[in-house]
Amino acid sequence: MLGEVLRKPDKGKSSGVLFGDHERYVDWDGRSEDPQGSPGGALRRELEAGHSSPITEYTITQTAMKELLLGIFENPVIVYTLLALVPLIFVIPFALFAVWWERKISAHMQDRLGPMRTGGWHGWAQTIADILKLIQKEDIIPSAADRRLFKLAPYIVFAGSYAAYAAIPFSAAYIGSEINIGLFYVIAISSIVVVGLLMAGWASNNKWSLFGAMRSAAQIVSYEIPIALGLLAVVMVAGTFDLQEINRMQSGWFWNWFMFQKFPFLFLAMIVYFVASLAEVNRTPFDIPEAESELVGGYHTEYGGMRFALLFLSEYANMFAVSAVASTVFLGGWNSPFGSFLSGPVLGFFWFLAKGMAFIFVQMWLRWTLPRLRVDQLMYVGWKVLIPFGFVIVFGVGIWTLAVR
Amino acid sequence: MNAPEICTALKERFADAIPEAKTDNVLQPSINVVPGTIKEVALFLRDDERMKFDLLMCLSGMDYTGGKLGVVYHLDSTVLKHKITLKVQLPTDSPHVESVEEIWKTANWHEREAFDLFGIIFDHHPDLRRILMPDDWDGHPLRKDFQVPEYYNGMKVPY
Amino acid sequence: MDPRAITAEPQARRPDTVPGLGRSLDSQEMVINMGPQHPSTHGVLRLELVVDGEIVVDVIPHIGYLHRCFEKHCEHMTSYQQVIPYADRLDYVAAMSNELGYVVGVERLLGIKVPERVEYIRVIMAEFSRIVSHLIAIGTYGMDIGAFTPFLYCMRDREHVLDIFERTCGARLLYNYMWVGGLSHDVPPDFQESVRRFCRYFKPNVKELNDLLSYNKIFVERTANVGVLPAAVAVNYAVSGPALRGSGVHWDLRRDDPYSIYDRFEFDIPVGLGLKGTVGDCWDRYMVRVHEMEQSVRIIEQAVEQLPPGDVQSAIPKRIRPNAGELYARTETPKGELGYYIVSDGTASPFRVKVKAPSFVNLSALPAMCRGAMISDVVAILGSIDIVLGEVDR
Repeated sequence: MLGEVLRKPDKGKSSGVLFGDHERYVDWDGRSEDPQGSPGGALRRELEAGHSSPITEYTITQTAMKELLLGIFENPVIVYTLLALVPLIFVIPFALFAVWWERKISAHMQDRLGPMRTGGWHGWAQTIADILKLIQKEDIIPSAADRRLFKLAPYIVFAGSYAAYAAIPFSAAYIGSEINIGLFYVIAISSIVVVGLLMAGWASNNKWSLFGAMRSAAQIVSYEIPIALGLLAVVMVAGTFDLQEINRMQSGWFWNWFMFQKFPFLFLAMIVYFVASLAEVNRTPFDIPEAESELVGGYHTEYGGMRFALLFLSEYANMFAVSAVASTVFLGGWNSPFGSFLSGPVLGFFWFLAKGMAFIFVQMWLRWTLPRLRVDQLMYVGWKVLIPFGFVIVFGVGIWTLAVR
Repeated sequence: MNAPEICTALKERFADAIPEAKTDNVLQPSINVVPGTIKEVALFLRDDERMKFDLLMCLSGMDYTGGKLGVVYHLDSTVLKHKITLKVQLPTDSPHVESVEEIWKTANWHEREAFDLFGIIFDHHPDLRRILMPDDWDGHPLRKDFQVPEYYNGMKVPY
Repeated sequence: MDPRAITAEPQARRPDTVPGLGRSLDSQEMVINMGPQHPSTHGVLRLELVVDGEIVVDVIPHIGYLHRCFEKHCEHMTSYQQVIPYADRLDYVAAMSNELGYVVGVERLLGIKVPERVEYIRVIMAEFSRIVSHLIAIGTYGMDIGAFTPFLYCMRDREHVLDIFERTCGARLLYNYMWVGGLSHDVPPDFQESVRRFCRYFKPNVKELNDLLSYNKIFVERTANVGVLPAAVAVNYAVSGPALRGSGVHWDLRRDDPYSIYDRFEFDIPVGLGLKGTVGDCWDRYMVRVHEMEQSVRIIEQAVEQLPPGDVQSAIPKRIRPNAGELYARTETPKGELGYYIVSDGTASPFRVKVKAPSFVNLSALPAMCRGAMISDVVAILGSIDIVLGEVDR
């Protein structure tokens, strides 16, 4: 899969990708016949067979990178470890930026300025200074805490949110691992976070933390379902779990994005997904596991210094992960909104980032506008509103697909 | 009803319970009540059709010095809009008075406060604990003869 | 009649009362401390919560962490005037109201009459401090519920009032402005204009606040039908102020027991109507405050138009020695009925001052409201009765 050669269909080709045409690209029977078994095989075969208009080609840089690294180290373990660290180049600066950005957004929404001093222009270095402070702080572990779990928990939380980045297509030229169950993998792996949160809450030996952990477990487990249903609707249209494949299907003008397909079902699916993803990442109005004014800080009450920074980092990493999935699945990911205009692997990264940031902006906007739900109301929203809606959407899409066929 | 009428009505009902009343030419008309009967008087004042004192505005402990403590009840009627003050005088060596917590719930904390700061004991109070001072504080600070202790839990008190 | 009948408390929602659940599950009640260091207890209040999962079985408030011996201090002052700075520190977010209550009481005890101008300025200041206090109550209430932004909007508006205070008496929080018989300073020359400017500025902001918070669906869900305090129970607990009016009781000392010159102004007394839920729920208590701010602006507008000229210090007595006597003077502060029971023995300092603090009394009704609610509701209820610990602990 890593050695895949991607082809990006141009505007003229892709305008008919959707509305039932997708079976041309995703050939369920044909996949087993594909010698590599790779998900893009059907597409490639078809393209090679000359059914389509001219295509532009580019090779994934990571293949070259992998081969280069293999040449240097001659040890696949080191090479894959290094490759696994690549998204970190994005995640850490992103988290630093996002914390600063959130402060500025909240400040301007609240009629104030936010950080203005550190670093000069609009306090851009504030979060860097903060992280330096957090690194230097004494590492305090409560004497009554379960030391091993307490130390382990932030890493599990971070691992859970970071692992999702493996399957997120940053650009046409870069995806950590183009697995054919990418979407499935992202949903599944991000649930590991809840294990870490429960661990953190339990190990802190603090009743408030425990409350936060129990709430977060209930919440994340409940909201997995609407998330899965919202994404399932897209999968039914796309016929694949492969995120890169889903991206390619949405190429062309912005009305090819899945958000606007099978209107209004997939649009509603996006809303269901977005609302549920807020709960998944513990953002207002679903931030009851942290609930600053009730539980003080929930599971991270007892954490300080670097461990707290890690929890914080994973929170922001998680925020971007769900936004990235939303932008990939509903907003065309790295596709330019204007067909082939302004597209390409580098600009694709820009578009992907822009869409993800747009989602994050909405998350922040909601956070600084809305109050917090109570825990029973949260469950009500999840089980009695979002899940039925999700089912309606799934049925609607299914019936539409069948009827059109 | 004005204060003298209330006083008359009370005297009719509880002849022995009203040793003294100041209802004329004072800023604040008050009726002294015998400590043992305060609960019956209070219940009468709350429930009687002419009285309807449904609001206990304030309950204050007092140290009148000279071996006398006191409790002052300021009553008000939100329905009939009249006010009256009840007073109870207690001996310092055995300051027992019946609690009116069952009649006005608000008395609960006020009585705890009077107990805390004056050492007045309200009989049949459901939860007579110190409220403002620490649980292990010695003495009742608002008494006029209260001496500030030198040390509290090893800490020097007059700083 | 059973004396307890009037205060029958709601039965707690317990899992073991739910049919089909409960007895078979081995569950245990947990005692958890909310406070003294907790963001939503509005100070150093400690609530001992007995919880069954998220459901609160009982609440036991522990107070006294901020006890500053106000009453003992009063007895040791050398003059009645000296009490005023301490009165400031009772309800420190609405210090002007506390001063007003005290000076009104002492003046009545002395039997002196203060000049008209003083009365008007006092009313303006007391109403301003009501606005300030309600802004803080509303802002922090939003924060308790999880909405952070309204808090800063409220603080922004509060700043304008504090500027007026600062230009009047030099202080922004603890003023020592109202003295027995007068005021410490006259108002600045452009006072009327700046007050009018504030009123013009403030009125649209109430609407903004309503749009942002009051009618927000989540906010309504969180507060409506939560912490219902029936009128009879509220009166029995002597709950006062917005908490009492939220229960639908038409009771405001500015109208029912007028002091100063409140009988000269036209204003409405907002009461809880149960628009979003039950009468006496948290939303009603909250909304009463929003409406009261509007009414305060009305009073200020009237007062500032009628403000007469004159000297504000002419009636301040040189020595204050009331005749032996006693008085319970009560005023309507933002939190409720603030009573000073002042006993004079004819000397220069009070024999006894008892403060009936509205927050103290309102807080005592908290357990009755919280039983059977959830932990999040405790925060909502506590915020809706708006206590200030400086006043609870005195």
